Parts: sequence; structure tokens; C-alpha cells
Amino acid sequence: MQPILKIQNLHAGVDGKAILRGVDLTLQPGEVHAVMGPNGSGKSTLAAVLAGREGYDVTDGQAHYLGQDLLALEPEDRAKAGVFLAFQYPVEIPGVNSTYFLKAALNEQRKHRGEAVLDAIEFLQFVREKIRLLDLNEDLLKRPVNVGFSGGEKKRNEIFQMAVLEPRLAVLDETDSGLDIDALRIVAHGVNQLKRPDRAQLVITHYQRLLDYIVPDYVHVLCGGRIVKSGGKELALELEEKGYDWILGCNTCAGCESVAA
Amino acid sequence: MMAAMEPRAARSPAVATPLDQPGWPRPAEVREWAAGPAWLLAKRQAGLARFQELGWPTLEHEDWRFTNLAPLAEQPWPPAPAPTEAVLPAERLADFALAQLPGDRLVFVDGHFSRRLSRVRPQPHSVRVSSLAQALAEAPAWSERWLGREGALVNALTALNEAYFTDGLVVSVPKGRAIEEPVQLLHLSTGGQARRASHLRNLIVTEADTRLTVVENYVSLGAAATLTNTVTTVVGGANSVVEHLRFQDESAHAFHLGAVEAELGRGASFVSHSFALGARLSRQNLRVILGGEGLEAVLNGLYLTGGERLADHHMIVDHAAPRCVSHEYFNGILAGRSKGVFHGRILVRPGAQKTDAKQTNKNMLLSDEATANTKPQLEIYADDVKCTHGATIGQLQPEAVFYLRARGLPRETARRMLIHAFAGEIIERIRSTAMREELDRVVWDRLEQDEQVHVGP
Repeated sequence: MQPILKIQNLHAGVDGKAILRGVDLTLQPGEVHAVMGPNGSGKSTLAAVLAGREGYDVTDGQAHYLGQDLLALEPEDRAKAGVFLAFQYPVEIPGVNSTYFLKAALNEQRKHRGEAVLDAIEFLQFVREKIRLLDLNEDLLKRPVNVGFSGGEKKRNEIFQMAVLEPRLAVLDETDSGLDIDALRIVAHGVNQLKRPDRAQLVITHYQRLLDYIVPDYVHVLCGGRIVKSGGKELALELEEKGYDWILGCNTCAGCESVAA
Repeated sequence: MMAAMEPRAARSPAVATPLDQPGWPRPAEVREWAAGPAWLLAKRQAGLARFQELGWPTLEHEDWRFTNLAPLAEQPWPPAPAPTEAVLPAERLADFALAQLPGDRLVFVDGHFSRRLSRVRPQPHSVRVSSLAQALAEAPAWSERWLGREGALVNALTALNEAYFTDGLVVSVPKGRAIEEPVQLLHLSTGGQARRASHLRNLIVTEADTRLTVVENYVSLGAAATLTNTVTTVVGGANSVVEHLRFQDESAHAFHLGAVEAELGRGASFVSHSFALGARLSRQNLRVILGGEGLEAVLNGLYLTGGERLADHHMIVDHAAPRCVSHEYFNGILAGRSKGVFHGRILVRPGAQKTDAKQTNKNMLLSDEATANTKPQLEIYADDVKCTHGATIGQLQPEAVFYLRARGLPRETARRMLIHAFAGEIIERIRSTAMREELDRVVWDRLEQDEQVHVGP
């Protein structure tokens, strides 16, 4: 079976500073993987590189998405092919209406797949079901993208967009940060509803608590830009119980330095 | 005396005393004016003397630090003569922006009213919609009263207008009346003769409990160097609701100077929009006097510049009564080597308690060579007020572009969506639906023509 995502020996950094130093990770269809790690371990860099954010240099290794060279694609082409990044800090875009934006995004993907584009009425019918999934007010669709949204609304909006775009590969970058427990439950419920045998999810988080609600098949610990330990969901609980320090040892990432201190 | 100014290139003697240049006619030499009312001729003469005394503004004037009128001051600008033949068939008016708006439309050509091109219907209830010349003939006392007021906009340019104005739009709405459809002034600069000026003097007077929408629309027919210099007085009576839209889309060789002074009464609601899309150099002076309690003024504007062009907005918001709200929103989209200037002064007079004044000016630079100068100025003489201001100058936010691309929108689409949104923030404040949709179309067409919208930094 072809993996959804296969990362091999991935090295990447910013401004000549190495951050990822040889990441290997494979997500098979239907799987949910969690990547955990302390601050500075490279979690967000991994998400950024997979989504194609500018300013990151890949210096070695590769990432394949459904057999395609992911890193050779422009960000929009990755999205059209079915890769979705839920942003840690969703961007406010004044003046761009949420409905207009999301309809344009969905139709870009539909065109890419050779499907008919949805008109305004069809789109509205389609999103109404999805918005209920995230317990969001329909008013949100009339507002500019993320403008005036609370922190929790922004994160729910990310998952709502994911529900609309139905990606094959979803990368959730610290989607739990800044959420209270109720919002966390709603977000996790949304993510779980989107689980399918032909899709995969990569959940990046600092804390274990999200994994109470999104139960991963595999947990990986990132430290110093490498995956230093992998295991099943029980690894997350062990981390929660013992903290990161029993496992860390790279002495290069900020997390290790703080543990050493 | 020796401490006098250092020599400056822009400060030629011709600038200081413009009338020393030959070619400026004296009002008494204009047969029509000499034959008109004596008070008006005296006003013209006083205006010209004032212009001579003040001279063209130079960069040394604090209010003109960023806008150089030296190219304008090089030569005299005699008023353009009335066109001797039809400049265009009436059906061609349909080509201009805002042409499809319903309502009365008064068309002026080089400052002279064209009855043939205009559409003015009789108004009921003593409502007046006419040219200024007609108002002077039919209602001389009323006209003298409003023209004779000493406005606060007494500067060299309004003085020049006072000396030479040929005509203008007059709208008068008596108490309790409304004009439902927008009243439009359309001014065509033909440039038939280069270096001629058009001066319009507009009077918009509403009494208490009235409702009115007015559009001033300034366009060019040719590409000659022309000067348009207008002064508009708006009087908003108590509880009046007035929407005023000024649309300037003159040729890339035109100089455009426009002054609007609005004086508003208790409980009034005034919305002003300024769209500056054209001209080589444009300057919009807007002064709003919030003279009655509990009124609201929204001053909204968008400027699009490219090439070597300059668009300047100079605002004075004068809070003279308590519990008034003023909100200013100005966005500029600047391409090429063009320049945007914004000066926003908020004056809160003693006793104007509970003032709520807000000002924002945002500039989006589409090229590395475009510049923006923005200057807020707050003078507050009351202690229980809320005054905020903010200004930004920057390029498209890379984070926003990436966010849109990460959802599958191509880079090009993402850029255009963000630029459109930036203009849309201003356009969406237009209350009249027909006007809003038309401006949205016009602005978007203009942006689409600018290649830097597609390939800027």
C-alpha cells in the first residue's frame, strides 16, 4: 500500500540554522500520528516545511505525498493535491469574506480534481452541515476571515475549513494551544469525524491532553530535530507522567537545555 | 531679517507673488463678471488679492511638506473659456463611471454648465437642484448669504477659486424634505487648451430633518495639462442625513485641487467618501466642523496611484460640541514611483466632552519605489474624550498570502484577493447600494489594469 506521507532523512532550517536534522516518518492510510516534543525541538518547522512556508530551506532528505515529491510543489499545489495545514496562529484577513474565501479554496481543489465547481447556493448547503460539526455560528461565514474571532473560534475555524476541504493528509500544528477544555473537545470531535481509511492525520502538540480526545495510532517524540522515540498511544501517557526529561538527551534544543538547567 | 529662509529651488519669486506673471486676468476685465452683482465682483477681487498675498503654497508650509506645487506655480492658469461647440454627444456620457446612477445630473464642461448634457428635473417643495449661476439669478439673497460666509478654508487655493469660479452645483433641501436619488455633478475637463483652469464653487445646504446623497465626479476628456480647483460647502442641518461622494479620475497630466468644508448641526449624520484614482497631482482638503451635539461624521477615502503620480488628503476634523463621533478611514494603494500623502488633524475644542474620534490611514505599497507620508495630529482641549489614531505603511502581508495559498489559492489569486479586500474595506462603507457596486467595479477594473497588482513584491 502506498503511504500517504513518507519523510526520509529530512534536514531543514532557517537562515542557515539547522532545525530538522534527519526526520524519518511514514503515515499509512487510516493512521493518526502524533508528534510531540518540547519547545524548540522542531515541531512547527516540520509543519511549515510540509505546507511549503517560505523562508525554510530543506538541505537534505525528502518527503513524498502519495508517491509525489511534496517538497517540489508550491503551497497551493500541495493544498490542491489534498494536504492541509491547520495553523497554530490562523491569520486574520480583513476584507476577505469567509464564504468567498472558502468557496474559492474549495473550487480550486474541485477544479484540480476535475469536478464541477460549486455555485454560491450549492456551497452554502455543503458548508451548513460542516459548520454544525464544529458548533460554530453560521454568522461566521459572513465575517472576514478570522477577524474578530476569539482564539478558540480561530482554531475551530481551522478544523471547519478542514471539514470543508476534506484533505487526504491533515497536519495539525498545536491546534490545542490556547483552547479551554470545551473547545478542545469540540475541535477533537471535529478531527475524529474526519478520520477515514484513506486519509491520514499528523497531530503536532506539546501537551498530551489533546491526545485524550484524538487518540493516535503512533506517538513520536521529536528532540533536537530528530525523532528520538516512537511508540503507541501509551507513550504519550508515559510522557505526561514522567515529563520530557527522561527521554531527552540531544542537549541542543531549547527543551533539552531547560531540562539540563 | 537676515535669518530669512535659505534659498530653495521651489521658492522662486513667481511662486511668492503669482500675479506678477503675465496671463492672469483681473475679474473686472471679464465682461460677464463686471456686469454681475457688485458684491460678487468685489469678492472676486478680494479673492485674487488674497491669492497674490499668500502665493502658491510651497514645501515650507507645514500643510504642504510632502506635496510640491512647484510644477503648478511655473505658469499662470487663466480660467478655461466656455466650449464653443459640443464636446461630445450626450450618449457618450454613459461611458463614465457612475453614469448609470439615477437622479439629477448636472454636467459642467471646463467649469461651464452644459444644459444639453444635463438632466435636471423640476423639484417639488422648494427643493433646489440647479447650477450656481441659476441660483444667483433666481435666488440672489440666498446665494449671497451662503457664498458670502467666511469659511475656515481661506487659503491660497480657495482664494483663487473665489476669484475665478465660473459655476457650480447648488442643492438646497428645506426642513423635513429628502431627495431620494443621488444628485450628481459631472465635470469634464476637455483640455482643449492646455494650461487652463476650471474653478467650481458648490453649495450643498440642508436644513433640519433632511436626507440627501450628492456625488461630485471629476474626469478628463483629453490628456492635456489642466487644473481643476473646486470648493464645496456642505451645511448639514440638525438631524440631517447626508452622504457625499467625491470621485476624481482625471488624466495623468491633470492637477486637481478640491476643498470640502462641511458644517454639521445637532444629531446630523454625515458620510463623506473621497476616491482619488486619477490626476498627476491631486489634493483633497476636507474640513468638517462638528458644531452640534451628538452628531456623527464618517470620513472615508481610497487613493490609487501609479507612475509618478501623487494623491494627497488633508483632513481637519473639528470637534466643537460634546458627544460627537468622527471616524476617518483612508486606504491607499500605491504602485510605480507614486506617492500617497495623508494628514489628519483632529481638534477637540474645550467643552467638546465625550468626543469619540478615530482615525486610521493604511498604505499598501505595490512597488519598492512607491512612498507614503502619513501624519496624524491630535490637539485635545477637553479631558473626557476618546481619540485614537493609527497609520500603517507596508506591502502585502506575506503571512496572509501564505495562508490563502495553503488553502489552495494560487499566489496570483491570493494577491488580488488581498488587494481587493484592502480597497473593499473602504468601498463597503458606501451606504447607497448602487454607488457601492459601481465603485467596486470601477476600482477593481483599475486595479486589474495595473500590472503591479499581479507581480509586485
